[in-house]
Amino acid sequence: MPKKVRIPTPLRKFTNNEELVEVNAATIGEAIVELQTRFPGIQERLVDEKGEVRRFVNVYVNEEDIRFLKNKQTPLKDGDEISIIPAIAGG
Amino acid sequence: MKEHSGYMKALKCRECGREYPLTANHVCEFDFGPLEVAYDYDRIKKSLTKAAIASRPKTMWRYRELLPVANDPTVGLQVGFTPLVKADRLAKKLGIRELWIKNDTVNYPTLSFKDRVVSVALSRSRELGFDTVACASTGNLANSVAAQAASAGLKAYVFIPSDLEQGKIVNSLIYGANVIGIKGHYDEVNRLCAEIAGKFGWAFVNVNMRPYYAEGSKSMAYEIAEQHGWRVPQHTVVPVASGSLLTKIQKGYQEFIKLGLVPQTKYAVHGAQATGCSPISVAQKAGLDFFKPVKPDTIAKSLAIGTPADGFYALKVMRDTNGAAEDVTDDEIRDGIKLLAETEGIFAETAGGVTVGVAKKLIDSGKIPRDDSAVLCVTGNGLKTLDAVVGHVGKPREIKPSLREFEALITNEEKVNA
Repeated sequence: MPKKVRIPTPLRKFTNNEELVEVNAATIGEAIVELQTRFPGIQERLVDEKGEVRRFVNVYVNEEDIRFLKNKQTPLKDGDEISIIPAIAGG
Repeated sequence: MKEHSGYMKALKCRECGREYPLTANHVCEFDFGPLEVAYDYDRIKKSLTKAAIASRPKTMWRYRELLPVANDPTVGLQVGFTPLVKADRLAKKLGIRELWIKNDTVNYPTLSFKDRVVSVALSRSRELGFDTVACASTGNLANSVAAQAASAGLKAYVFIPSDLEQGKIVNSLIYGANVIGIKGHYDEVNRLCAEIAGKFGWAFVNVNMRPYYAEGSKSMAYEIAEQHGWRVPQHTVVPVASGSLLTKIQKGYQEFIKLGLVPQTKYAVHGAQATGCSPISVAQKAGLDFFKPVKPDTIAKSLAIGTPADGFYALKVMRDTNGAAEDVTDDEIRDGIKLLAETEGIFAETAGGVTVGVAKKLIDSGKIPRDDSAVLCVTGNGLKTLDAVVGHVGKPREIKPSLREFEALITNEEKVNA
């Protein structure tokens, strides 16, 4: 059973403008690798040279910030919804 | 032909320096870093002199060359130039030689510093052809967007946490704005707005219009420097929510130094947070250059941002200027509000209580030396957060309209006070 990933506007050029894509990965880290396999180039936008999620990229699993969970090790279960949101603005 | 863009050159990524056209866009598509307005300072230097500034009306727009609009502003022409009050009685209480209050509790039209950023954002939104404006807000911003959109004939959608103070909710509804209460805290409102902004073609002042919007905060620094006798104060204490105001105050001081409007002197910019939402203060005190997001729990709702967008930059400003950060509890916030009111006759909202409380701590710990001079940025009006102090300020004593009863009351009081 797949998990859904919501792709933000600036990254849709990698996904043929798909807003919602499905992955089978078991963690956020694996999901990023899986996205890279299917949409080459997308990984570099999400993680830095050290492999860490870029500081202005915010990733949520079912509306919860992964920094409150286990960051890249956050486990995924069937039906989870992952949102990638650039540069949280506001304030 | 190149489109006229005033003194602006481009939008530029703060992380990687890539440049973008001056549209409604806040994100670098390469590394998702925030975009910032770049200016033509050589041209600005020729036009923005002390004499030119002095000849202009006393509003934030007297520094117009440094604010990101292509043409003359069209929204919020009366905003800013709030009083810089010499606070001798509060100085004595806090034990510091000289103290000033930058009093944005009386900003026009909605009594908070947000009137500055909204004036810029809506003027620029009009230039870019938008007819609907929106924002994610902890209250003050929603008030200002609602009011200034009404005066400009723009349609407004404001998104707020549904548990805000009554005063801040009514203050948005009265202007006829579409007020959407989100069942969640500000960071959740913000995330939703980032998604909405990607779908709807609106000018979200603090999402896609954020590069322009945030620049409006610099006007507070310009005014402080000018009102302080064309010099940067030794210490400036700034409340921190997203960290944008603190970051832009530093940018404002730096621009004035660069343009030769003030001498290059040593100064520090300090950050003030509530203990119930203190990701920046905790990181600064631990000597970190990054912060851990938190879930806010504080009466200072206007500062309740657990994932501060400019947190990294705010920490850098404090590092660069040798500034410090502190945080205060809900009780200390109320004490700060009362102290400012009782000594200076200024009724600030909770964020003002945070700033006063933190200033006290920084003075007591020696991070602001007692022989120095400091400016406290008081950014919003207490009438909007009555909920926070009701029940903590006593009650009127009621008597019949009888002189005898009043005399009895006074005599009683003298006995108690004797």
